[in-house]
Amino acid sequence: MINAPLLSVNNLKTWFFTDEGTVKAVDGASFEVGAGKTVGIVGESGCGKSVTALSILRIVQEPGRIVGGEIQLRRADEAGCVDLAKLDSEGKEIRAIRGGEIALVFQEPMTSFSPHYTIGNQIVETIQLHQDVGKEEARNRTIELLRMVGIPRPERRIDEYPFELSGGLRQRVMIAMALSCNPKILIADEPTTALDVTTQAQILDLLREIQERTGMSVIIITHDMGVIAEMADDVIVMYLGRVVESGPVDEIFHQPKHPYTQALLRSIPSIFAEPRAKLPTIAGSIPHPHNRPVGCPFHPRCVERIAGVCDVHAPQLRPVNELQMASCFLYHEPEEAPPS
Amino acid sequence: MLYNGVIIRMVVPLLEVRNLQRFFPIRRGLLRRVVGQVRAVDDISFQINKGETLSLVGESGCGKTTTARCILRALKPTAGEVLFQTAAGDVVDTAGLPKAALAPFRHQMQMIFQDPFSSLNPRMTVFDIIAEPLLASGVRSRGQRRQRVERLLELVRLRPEFMQRYPHAFSGGQRQRIGIARALALNPSLIVADEPVSALDVSVQAQILNLMLELQDELGLTYLFVAHDLSVVKHISDRVAVMYVGKIVEIAETDRLFKAPKHPYTEALLSAVPKPDPRLRSERIVLQGEVADPAHPPGGCYFHPRCAHAIERCRTETPALEEVQPGHQVACHRARELTLKGVGARR
Repeated sequence: MINAPLLSVNNLKTWFFTDEGTVKAVDGASFEVGAGKTVGIVGESGCGKSVTALSILRIVQEPGRIVGGEIQLRRADEAGCVDLAKLDSEGKEIRAIRGGEIALVFQEPMTSFSPHYTIGNQIVETIQLHQDVGKEEARNRTIELLRMVGIPRPERRIDEYPFELSGGLRQRVMIAMALSCNPKILIADEPTTALDVTTQAQILDLLREIQERTGMSVIIITHDMGVIAEMADDVIVMYLGRVVESGPVDEIFHQPKHPYTQALLRSIPSIFAEPRAKLPTIAGSIPHPHNRPVGCPFHPRCVERIAGVCDVHAPQLRPVNELQMASCFLYHEPEEAPPS
Repeated sequence: MLYNGVIIRMVVPLLEVRNLQRFFPIRRGLLRRVVGQVRAVDDISFQINKGETLSLVGESGCGKTTTARCILRALKPTAGEVLFQTAAGDVVDTAGLPKAALAPFRHQMQMIFQDPFSSLNPRMTVFDIIAEPLLASGVRSRGQRRQRVERLLELVRLRPEFMQRYPHAFSGGQRQRIGIARALALNPSLIVADEPVSALDVSVQAQILNLMLELQDELGLTYLFVAHDLSVVKHISDRVAVMYVGKIVEIAETDRLFKAPKHPYTEALLSAVPKPDPRLRSERIVLQGEVADPAHPPGGCYFHPRCAHAIERCRTETPALEEVQPGHQVACHRARELTLKGVGARR
């Protein structure tokens, strides 16, 4: 199989077992990441987009656990797949993949670095952890990486501490660190949310440029539809732990199928709007995770809900045409009997 | 005013800011000697007419929040005037007044905060939160306060039954409504809103923006809206002022500023906003370098090291904010000759 996806997530369920009850942060997410592609995961707070990323890397914190599904990563060498969901989260294998084959860029570059070590130290450590190279060589590679991500005078900056760098530079260093072991997949969780818009434009350009050069796959997680439109090839829209729609970026923006995607696109403040124009809104707010609605999670806010169907059955993600999938009863019949 | 027996309604600015400055000292060493100044707000002037919305936009550190805080006198300006027209029709300079003399005017300017989670006291009920300013202004009767809180909750489209609940029972959008109700409690004429929707989910932002537009029509409010998100700004503003390193670089009516910007920084800012349409992918102008340090700004125009249009003059001479068209002011030496790209309506 040549076109087999690099990463495929099937029916992933990551739940948090708290004293107040079980929070189904991710409840049956499925998607694929092709080699060299950029997949955008978009959704509002509590939709499970970050927990999905943490699950892939197996760094979900207690009391969270993967309770079902699989995360298949295609390996180059053994010509086989490994199911990340089944690995021991502290075992040797996942630790080699984490930072090696799959790297992560966080939202807040200030809190993601140790303030006690220079940025050079932290990148050198990463390189030496994953690759058998000497200190001198690791340092030279670090300087090269810093130059590649556009840090001016990298041979001097390498010995600076994180607090000496601006937010934009810190995010560049973060990307350099993520790239240090030539990952096949880069997961970027809100990589530009903490940055100003002109800096955001620089970082998005940088990510695209590096991807063209290295051919890696990127999973970009964001709440910003603008960032998705700029970056993604394929889009996954999540709501309350479930994928409600997925498809190529053009279809998602120009022929959205799920009522949530449609409403979200209509309600976002747009730079193209007429001044002082009222926006269409989505009624209500995102439910608290302890009060998940029965049936389709979006039905209480949905204008097209079908009484007796949407509030009873949970829709599954199914194809609506050759390119798009949606989990909505406007396109499919309920498949299962309602839970008694 | 009465002129030859005809009533003429003059457009009087509700707020006029003249040459406002706010510097923060940089102290070093054992004796905490002042070794420099951060020029957070550096000689800015603008006015806001009654009933209109002026937005201050810019990137972090540009001085927009400091400006807002100086207007509310949460910070004392280093220099300049903040002329506010009171409900009685007088004009007072709140920048110059001693703190005690400000008290009668404080309630006429109110603030809506960014974070609806930390701006409401979790130990107070919604009633106590909204009624606190009433109590402070001397409404002694609990019955009266209750009536007023009921009315305010209706105004922000929340059910009055909610008033005995605590903030944790509400979502982010509902909390922001409570914050707005509190700000409206004393019938202010000026509302300063500092990033009021940036902490909210996108599907909730629209609700709050709509509410603010409706309240403005219903109550004749005047807004000073501080934000970094140009899309949000476009939805709420009559006029927009763009700030860069403590100075206003451009100010114009919203439509003009977006469609035909005259300052290269405004152009770059508009261009950098990710457009929610994959078909418009990028002829973006990506600015090189970083925002200048307000403690050590470059000479001449502060923007020149990043500006693609900079000429020799920009390196040496600081441009003044000048009117290039009625109501459209720009601080750029080349404003009249450059043709810059704006953001029009979606085709």
